[in-house]
Parts: sequence; structure tokens; C-alpha cells
Amino acid sequence: MTTPGVAVELVELTRVYGTVKALDGLSLRIEPGELVALLGPSGCGKTTALRILAGLDEATSGAVKVDGKDISGVPANKRDMGMVFQAYSLFPHLTVLDNVAFGLKMRRKAKADRLSRAKEMLELVGLSEHSHKYASELSGGQQQRVALARALAIQPRVLLLDEPLSALDAKVRTQLRDQIRRVQLEVGITTLFVTHDQEEALAVADRVGVMNRGRLEQLAAPAELYANPATPFVAEFVGLNNKVAARVSGGTADVLGTVVPTLPGSVASGEGLAMVRPESVTVTADPAGSARVSSVAFLGPTSRVYVTLPDGEVIGAQLTSVAARAFAPGDPVTVGVDADGVLVVPS
Amino acid sequence: MSALSLRRVRDALPLLPFLAVVVVFLLIPTVTVIVNAFVDDGGFSLARIEALFSPTALSALGKSVLLSGSTALIGAVFGAVLAWLVIDSPPESMLRRAVLSVCSVLAQFGGVALAFAFLATVGLNGVLTLWVQHLFGFNLAGSGWLYSVSGLILVYTYFQIPLMVIVFVPALEGLRDQWREAAFSLGASRWQYFREVAVPLLTPAFLGSALLLFANAFAAYATAAALVSQGSPIVPLLIRAALTSEMVLGQSGFAYALALEMIVVVAVVMIAYNALVRRTARWLR
Amino acid sequence: MSRRLLRGAAWLGFGLFFLFPLYAMADFSTRNLLAGGRTLRAWANLVVDDALYQAIVVSLALSALTVIAMLVLLVPTLIWVRLRAPWAKGLVEFLCLLPLTIPALVIVVGLRNVYLWVTYFLGESALTLTFVYIVVVLPFAYRALDAALAAIDLRTLAEAARSLGAGWTTTILRVVVPNIWPGILSAAFISIAVVLGEYTIASLSGYQTLQVEIVAIGKSDGPTSVAASLAVLVFGFALLLALSLATRGRRRRLTTGVTE
Repeated sequence: MTTPGVAVELVELTRVYGTVKALDGLSLRIEPGELVALLGPSGCGKTTALRILAGLDEATSGAVKVDGKDISGVPANKRDMGMVFQAYSLFPHLTVLDNVAFGLKMRRKAKADRLSRAKEMLELVGLSEHSHKYASELSGGQQQRVALARALAIQPRVLLLDEPLSALDAKVRTQLRDQIRRVQLEVGITTLFVTHDQEEALAVADRVGVMNRGRLEQLAAPAELYANPATPFVAEFVGLNNKVAARVSGGTADVLGTVVPTLPGSVASGEGLAMVRPESVTVTADPAGSARVSSVAFLGPTSRVYVTLPDGEVIGAQLTSVAARAFAPGDPVTVGVDADGVLVVPS
Repeated sequence: MSALSLRRVRDALPLLPFLAVVVVFLLIPTVTVIVNAFVDDGGFSLARIEALFSPTALSALGKSVLLSGSTALIGAVFGAVLAWLVIDSPPESMLRRAVLSVCSVLAQFGGVALAFAFLATVGLNGVLTLWVQHLFGFNLAGSGWLYSVSGLILVYTYFQIPLMVIVFVPALEGLRDQWREAAFSLGASRWQYFREVAVPLLTPAFLGSALLLFANAFAAYATAAALVSQGSPIVPLLIRAALTSEMVLGQSGFAYALALEMIVVVAVVMIAYNALVRRTARWLR
Repeated sequence: MSRRLLRGAAWLGFGLFFLFPLYAMADFSTRNLLAGGRTLRAWANLVVDDALYQAIVVSLALSALTVIAMLVLLVPTLIWVRLRAPWAKGLVEFLCLLPLTIPALVIVVGLRNVYLWVTYFLGESALTLTFVYIVVVLPFAYRALDAALAAIDLRTLAEAARSLGAGWTTTILRVVVPNIWPGILSAAFISIAVVLGEYTIASLSGYQTLQVEIVAIGKSDGPTSVAASLAVLVFGFALLLALSLATRGRRRRLTTGVTE
């Protein structure tokens, strides 16, 4: 069942619609068996890139290579890629089993063979008992699992997922995304996963590509992306951030009274705004402190403690709820920064 | 009366004007027709119903069914093609708007005008008749076929095709892009997509629309009345004859029976339409 | 490439079939049979011929009356059903769509007794046809108005207005109606087109409306009838095209107001 993964390469893809540049020279290489997530706000070009890879859209310039071969001229129905759409892609007039077997029917496989393979795929996604139902009788999450089974049934070389979880409820989303990742690892297929939800991207991907206005801002492993954002856009888009006044000189920044090394891409010297994650902010009770607690928000396992600085700005610190219990609105505190590096952007 | 039903009655009062108009001007006439079809000389009788089986009435029924069936078929096929052409155009284009507006006018508001349109084209002095006469020496309108059932078939398609466009375009629009793209990404050729996905999904809507066209043609009166001044080849014209007849022999009573026959045929077709479309309409919502 | 060719050929075929008779009407109605060349005599008859002119006036008055009566009857009823009598929605919808399955011919056959009463109270004018015409336009008007009402948050609007002290009339006229303009316009235009084109009920009830007059004249003066028919078709087309353009702009504006 494991297909040997193939490498996928997008080379300088550009897509222009009239005066709008949906893609601006996107280059990306996905290693065999890797899951790369394309992350970005709507309109950033991630779905355009995926559709060009699938053959459903044509690039204005640039090339698409699979396993080293240029497939830019190959029509969509000959590309041997499995695709999962955002919603409503199951054929309503066919049962679940027939849906999953559809691709095999197009390849003229014998009936017995395609039904047995379809059943295998349904077992992989855990929906064997539903094989004789119709799409309208399934929940959104179940439909997407069937769509996944259908895409994998044809043993494609590449798996493409276009915001597969965006139309689902929050709880179903987390369960399904883990299941998709599990299946992807088990099958070992090269995968491109498009989403606007950064938590989703960080959770499932081997590497995440953050896109903005048709360009790739940064491509890195989730942890790296989170800790060392390469551009202000990435720092803003991924995870939460406080923006705190800081002074930079000689490769370090003076933030909230603490000296922290600056990350590449930061302002070289002078005044700037440091992007500090809530979990990197330290709050200590201090009767002589110049900052005041403004409010505490209980979030379950963690809490957010909001502190008003002497200059009037409010920042949020993330503490365990146990630690946060020590603080109440009005308490005087001292704040600091505990991070290996910080990105400083111009004010 | 309980408090709930008292409130129901009070809430229903503002609906009275609407209900009154519908009851008086729609339901009462309909009931009048049904009741009077079973009445003769003031008492219950099947005499008028029996008249429906006379040679004249049966012939008219047969021709009506022929007219409605043939124009439904022609309208459905050509209308589906035109509908496909329409949705192939950009959604907000002038062409699309213009075509849909023309279809609306021809399908629903044009009855008499269409008769005169064809009189002007292939009537005795019609533009096309005169051209053909001039070019080929052949009299296109010779036998006066325009004023018979064959002529009606031609003229009826002029509003059946547009009606099909109006009714079928929503079904075509309901064919989601995702299904086509999913089929392609799974390896289907255009022909395979058409045969395995598009046709099965559109067939119920297509058949349902054809039934609608049948009922529409069967009940149509204005065009036939304007074209055919002598004779009553089809049921609606037979009703006209019965209503305007000067003969005293219970002819106006015959109109009731004929009208009942019309209700029954249209009702049967609409019930079939509902049964067909209800289950599968969900797919193309 | 061949697909585009096929499509072009298909458009051409349909264009010819549907546009040629319209051209023929224009040609036929402007033909000068005596001296050759063109004449606008037939078209002038639309104003000059007294009977025809009267019939035009009657039909226009009838459509105006029908539109007003339909709106006054249907708009409050549909609003009431949505707000206070949701249990009646199925019944109202059924009754509104019923005229689609009951042919006009059947209605006119059974209408005689009813109209005996109507003419007794209201006289012999053709304008009494308004009542039946309300029923005839019901399916079209219902669809347009229902769609427009479904697109707004009627409950919230009405409750807000009432909580600020507005009575029902004010609420309907000054709060709801301005928000369902596309639906009202649509219902009105379509109703006008239906009434102008209606022949079955008018002719078999013996009234002289536009369509009845056109058919009557047609026996003796073909060109004038053809001219009048073409005028009605073009007018209907202009109405519906204008409606299509008017509601497109409005629809966009309405949604931007709500979602942004």
C-alpha cells in the first residue's frame, strides 16, 4: 500500500489575472513523502498554486515538475494526483463506496478489483460501515474522510488538500487533521496542504510555507517558523505577538529592561518595535514595579495576564493558570523578556 | 376554546383578505368546474363526462396530447442546449441577461404576439413566404398548414424552448464545479465526466422540466386561439367552441367537462413532476 | 477550437430562429402594400385607431391596478406570515403556486357565476378583471417577494422598529418595504408583463383589453395587429431587461451593507 514518494517542484510560478498578480515567482520543492503546508490569508495565492499543481489552472509562466519531469503541459486528468476539496466534492448520486471507487472506474479497473480496493480505503479512514450511504447522509467530517479515501484509492503520486478542514466544526477539525496526518504518514505520499489556519499548518506539516501576496515569505519547519520568523508578516501571522518599544544596537535589543539578541531581518540600530510572544513575557510581583496588572483572562490550562506599562501600552503574558492565580487587577509588577531571540521591526 | 387556538384565530385574521381573494377567484371557479362536470339539468349526472368520450372530444384530446408531447420533447432538447450555451457565458454579461429576458417574455407573456409573429413570417403574406416564393417559386404557406396542428407545433416551440431555458438553467447552475474538477483529478476524460456525473445528475431535472413543458402546452390557449379561427382541433379550442357556441344543446355544460379533463391531465403531470424532482432536487441545490 | 466553432454555430442557429420572426414582424408591419417601400401607418394606428387606443389604455390601467392591488394584498400578508403566523407558510405558499397548475382556461370557465356578482356590485368595466389578474400573477409575485423577504432579517428589523414605537403601517411602509425593493420591483414588472399579455380570461369573459383587440383587428388589418404585438414584445423585453440590470446593482449594495 505504500507508494514510494516522489519529489514535487514548483519553479518560478507566476499567475496573472488581468491586472492582478495572484502568484509572483513562487518556487518550492517538496521532498518525497513530505507534507508541506502552504499557509496564508485569503488572496495570498496558496490555492492558486495548488490548482496549478493539480492542472486545474494554468500558470502564466514557470514550470511544475514531478519526479524530475516537467508536467506543465499535462492535462489535469492525466496527472495522477489525488485531490481533496474544501467541501461538497462527493458525487451526490453515488454511494460512498462508488464514490471511492470512481477513480478506479475511470482507469477501467475490473469491478471486483475496484470494489475491494475501495473497501480497503474506507477501512483506512474508518468508515467501512457507511459504504452504502449517500453523501447527504454523512456529517461534514465523514464526507471529507470519504473524499480522502477517494483521492488515495487511485494510488496517486501526490496528494493535494485544498483547505479540507475549513468548512468543519472546531472539534471535528482537530480530530480530522490528526487523522489526515496519520494516514499521510502511513501511506508515505508527498503532500501539499493549503490552509489559512496557522494552528492547523503547524500541527500537521513537516515544513510550512507562509505566503503573502503571491510570494513565499518563509519556508521552514513549524518550530523554526514559530521561534525565528524571517519577516514581520510571518511574525504577525504565526502565533500571537506583543509589539513592545525597543532600542537596538550592536545585534541586541533592549526590551522591557532585558537585553535580547535580535533575529536576522531586524532593524539594525535605533528605535523599533520588538515582537514578543506572550509565553516569553515574564511577570513578577514587585511592590516597587512600574507596571500594573490590568486584567487576567482564564483560558483553561493557561491564563493571560494583561499588564499596563508605564508608557500606557498593554501587553499580554501567558502563564500557567496556577501561576496566574497570584495576580489580581491593580497589582504592581515588573515585566521582562525570556527569549533566545527577538525580531525588531521599524516603528 | 383554549388560549392557543384563540391566539391562532387572532393571528389568522390579517390573512383573511388574501384568503378571500384566492378562495373567490381561484378556488370557487375550480370547484364550480369540478362540480358542474357531474351535473346535468340540476341533478347529478354523468352525461357531461360521457360527452368527453365522443369522437370529437377524443380526437381533440389526442391532438392536444400530440401537440403537447412533441413540443415538450423538442423544447426540452433544444432548450437544454440553449440553456447550456447561456451558462457557458460570463455570469453578468449583457448577452446572458438579454437572452434570459427574451426567454422570459416569450415563454410567459407572449401568447397572442407569437401567433402574429409567425403570421408575419410564414403566413400567407409572411416575409419568409414571399422570399421563398420569389426565390424558388414555392408557396411556403400554401395549404394553410400554419392554422392546423402542425403549425401550432412550430409556433409552440417558440415559447417551449425559452420556458425550458428558464426552468433548466438553475439545474445547470447547480452542477457544482467541484464535481467536474474532482472527476478530472480522478482521471476522468470530458466524455467520462459527462456520462458518469453530469448526465445522471441532470436527468431527473431534465425529465421534470419536460413534464412541465407538457403541462404548459396542454393548458395553453392564447396562441392557438389567435391562430385558429375556424375549427377546434385541440381541447382548449373545443372549450372555446363550447363557451361561445350559440347552440342550445347543453354545449356550455360541455365546457365544464372539458375543463375538468384539463385539470385532471395537468394535475397528473404535475404530480409526476413533483415525484420525480423531489428526491433528486437536493443534489442540484 | 472546434468547440468554439460549434458553440458559435449553435448561437447563430438559435439567433436566427428566434430573431427572424421578430424581424419579420417589423418588416410586415411597415410594408406599404400599395406603393411599395415603408410606411408607419400600422404603427400610427396604435394611437390613431380609437378602439385600439382605448384597449391600450384599459390594459395599462389594468396592469397598474393589478400591481397595486397585488402589492397591497401580498406584501403585508407575507410579512405577517413570516412574523406572526409561520404555521401558515405552507398553506400560503401552496395557494400562491396553485395558479401554476390550474390553467387560466379552467378559471375562466368556472368564473362566470363569480363575475355575475362582481359586475352586479362593481359594474361592467374591464377593470374588474383586476381581481382575477391578482390570482394569475400570484405565483410570479410570490416568488419574487418571498425571495426578497428571505434575504433580509425581517424579524430583527420589525422588532427594532416596533420597539422604537412604530406602528404596523409605519413598520411595513418605512422599514420593510425600502429593504425589499428588488423583490417589489421584480414582482411589479413581471405582473405588468403578465397583464399586458393576458388573453384567455379577458377574451372569454368578453372584455376589450389590448390582446383581445389585437386578435379582433388581426382578421381585417394584419399589419396593425403585428405592429401592436411587436410593441408588446419589445416593451416586455425592455421591462425585464431593465429589471435585470436594476436588481443586479441593488443586490450587491444590499449585501455589502449587511456583511461589512
